[in-house]
Amino acid sequence: VSLRVAVLKGGRSFERQVSLKSGARAEDALRRLGHEVISIDVGADLVTHLTDAAPDVAFIALHGPEGEDGTVQELLEAMGIAYTGSGVSACIRASDKVLAKHAMRDRGVPTPDFFAFNETAFKVLGAAQALPAIEERLDFPIVVKPAGQGSALGIKFARTAADVPAALVAAFSYDRKVLLERHIVGRDLAVSVVDDDGGPRALPIVEAVPKEEDFYDFEARYEIGRTSFVCPADIEPTVADRAASLAVEVYELLGCSAFARVDLMLEHDTGELYVLEANAIPGLTETSLLPQAAEAAGIGFDELVARILAASQPAISSEVG
Amino acid sequence: VTIDESPGSRPPRSTARDIERYAALFAERTKVMKSSAMRDLMALTERDDVISLAGGLPDTSTFPADSYAALMGKVAAEYCARALQYGPTEGFAPLKRCIQRVMEAEGTSIDTDDLLVTTGGQQVIDLVCKVLLDPGDVVVAEAPTYPGAVPTFCAYQADVVQITMDRDGMRMDELADTLAQLERDGRRPKFIYTVPNFHNPAGVTMSLERRHELVRIAHDRELLILEDNPYGLLRYDGAPLPTLRSIDRGEYVIYASTFSKILSPGVRLGWTAAPRPVLQKMMIGKQSSDLCSSSIAQFFVTAYFEEGPWEDYVRSLIEIYRRRRDVMLDSLAEQFPREAEWTHPEGGLFIWATLPDYIDTTDLLARALRENVAFVPGRAAFVDGRGGSSMRLNFSGVGEDDIREGIRRIGEVVREQVGLYGTLTGVRAVSTAAAPPARQPAASDPAPAPREDAAALAQILRLPANRRAS
Repeated sequence: VSLRVAVLKGGRSFERQVSLKSGARAEDALRRLGHEVISIDVGADLVTHLTDAAPDVAFIALHGPEGEDGTVQELLEAMGIAYTGSGVSACIRASDKVLAKHAMRDRGVPTPDFFAFNETAFKVLGAAQALPAIEERLDFPIVVKPAGQGSALGIKFARTAADVPAALVAAFSYDRKVLLERHIVGRDLAVSVVDDDGGPRALPIVEAVPKEEDFYDFEARYEIGRTSFVCPADIEPTVADRAASLAVEVYELLGCSAFARVDLMLEHDTGELYVLEANAIPGLTETSLLPQAAEAAGIGFDELVARILAASQPAISSEVG
Repeated sequence: VTIDESPGSRPPRSTARDIERYAALFAERTKVMKSSAMRDLMALTERDDVISLAGGLPDTSTFPADSYAALMGKVAAEYCARALQYGPTEGFAPLKRCIQRVMEAEGTSIDTDDLLVTTGGQQVIDLVCKVLLDPGDVVVAEAPTYPGAVPTFCAYQADVVQITMDRDGMRMDELADTLAQLERDGRRPKFIYTVPNFHNPAGVTMSLERRHELVRIAHDRELLILEDNPYGLLRYDGAPLPTLRSIDRGEYVIYASTFSKILSPGVRLGWTAAPRPVLQKMMIGKQSSDLCSSSIAQFFVTAYFEEGPWEDYVRSLIEIYRRRRDVMLDSLAEQFPREAEWTHPEGGLFIWATLPDYIDTTDLLARALRENVAFVPGRAAFVDGRGGSSMRLNFSGVGEDDIREGIRRIGEVVREQVGLYGTLTGVRAVSTAAAPPARQPAASDPAPAPREDAAALAQILRLPANRRAS
């Protein structure tokens, strides 16, 4: 069946460039699958364009705030347009690292210890006075992250107490809420999950292996050529199974659908697995992890896109009922 | 929002975007790339609703349209076939005579045989690298250096060594020490890259004394200097200084300039004056790059110089830019916190501002973009990760109101971060002072950075406080 598919890409987030690539690649696949593609670089006139285009379904290839946090999804629901990926509530939970980590902790899913604050806590409640206690509980180095930023932007390592204030200032550049998290020294694993006939299924694990020893520059770590990706990751089958089941558990816990990527750490000293976060709309570029994992499972990119499309959120409108 | 509706059918094997098919074919030098994080952020500075102080654009809006039309008409009528044809690699002789006049205006006399017309000043940097550098060769540059030169140096796999600047430009003591150290290491740099006038991005100008010293060092060590002088004629205060080329008389200086800032960057015409053996190699290098620069553009510029006094337009630009610089300096004094410092350029297009070292200007740009304002993070002007708390601000490309509003917005986010840092540290300073060892220091927990380290860092990163300079 040939559908009219509006591919939503670009937007105003810091991941605009990645999103443009994800979108372009999805568009190619959709055309090869025989669908009619309407390409939309998301901006202030999104609603007008969607109204004019009247697509059967919107393929969301947006990353970062607005695209991944439920905003665009909410808008599409209001307009009665079917869309790909997770629904509004799952997007909200997954894109807010603090919310996601609380949900995991409450469920007993291992996630690194953390404390989260918004700016008000520091400005009005004097949270700065609690920093020494937090630092003692988490131990150095501490990772400081903006709560809602999808990429590596704004993620800083604080090696000593003296680094913490500047790391917080940097993280607050991206979000009003930040978290301080215990740094897990270990291996960096990504488990992509896709919906299958029998429910969510974990794809082969991708391990990110930094080529250089500078573990403390997150932004540099994800630069082209600085990290190599191994799929399937060379780890013990029991550990791989455990990582896969944790990823599926988090996927279900957050209420994701169609596809998502769950990032974990395998701690060196203890061999324990910890879930860092889940991404509701992981990248679909040539170098992104989800397509690599799908490929390793024998699912080509076109088939992946076809499956994502088939698992779309149905349009909520009176006609459909 | 752009919408393109393409037909539903496409060749089934259209996977041209899958770069992994080509990855193994890319040259090693293409893998030297700038931070992707910064690239992602810079892509957002081009949004329509952003006041961008990030660009390096001259203002071309005041060039009279009727004059432009008349010139193009003249080129079409008088030079039709020749303008549509290839030209000589070194450039057309009448244009070289125009270049001679421009250089004369800066007190530098030149033989037109020493000139090579290039496709923008940028091509000079590329050609110099092309003919002088083997992978791993050393290039000496200023710290900070022109951000647009960094990818060129990287593309030729140069090892860039950056020399600190102060208000008088590149520090000669540090240069001498660095050259001596390189010699001890058995390494001979190929050339020293400098922007002596109204530096991009630093905004400072090399003093007369240092100009003489730099030329002397080059002669002593038999090193080439690449003197990049795109802004020399855009002086708003003070007396002009001689070019390195005029001090050196053409022995070790490769001089580069451009019509971009005195007429139009759209014509893509620059030039170099170099020692003949170097010029010969550059000419061969240019042949393999583009055979020759645009004939149409060369005839256009020649016609422009024939039409009337070209200096008048430059004078009108100077008036506009001087006002914009003053507006930016006034706005900085009004809006930036006292912890910030910035340069006070006597010309050119840029001001370099340095914030307290706990502010990372790449992250600050992310925050500023939420307020729809942009600048260039300082790190773009370094190859070694320095410059993290500095920023380049352009005052030529936007109007006075936008400069005021842009600086107001940046000032607001800077003050916000300074305030937040104060909240975070002020309290802790008090609490640690009140109860010194509040917790057991762990073995892996070294003492806070000693003050002298912080001071040394500030020395390297910052140009001297210049905010109240006359």
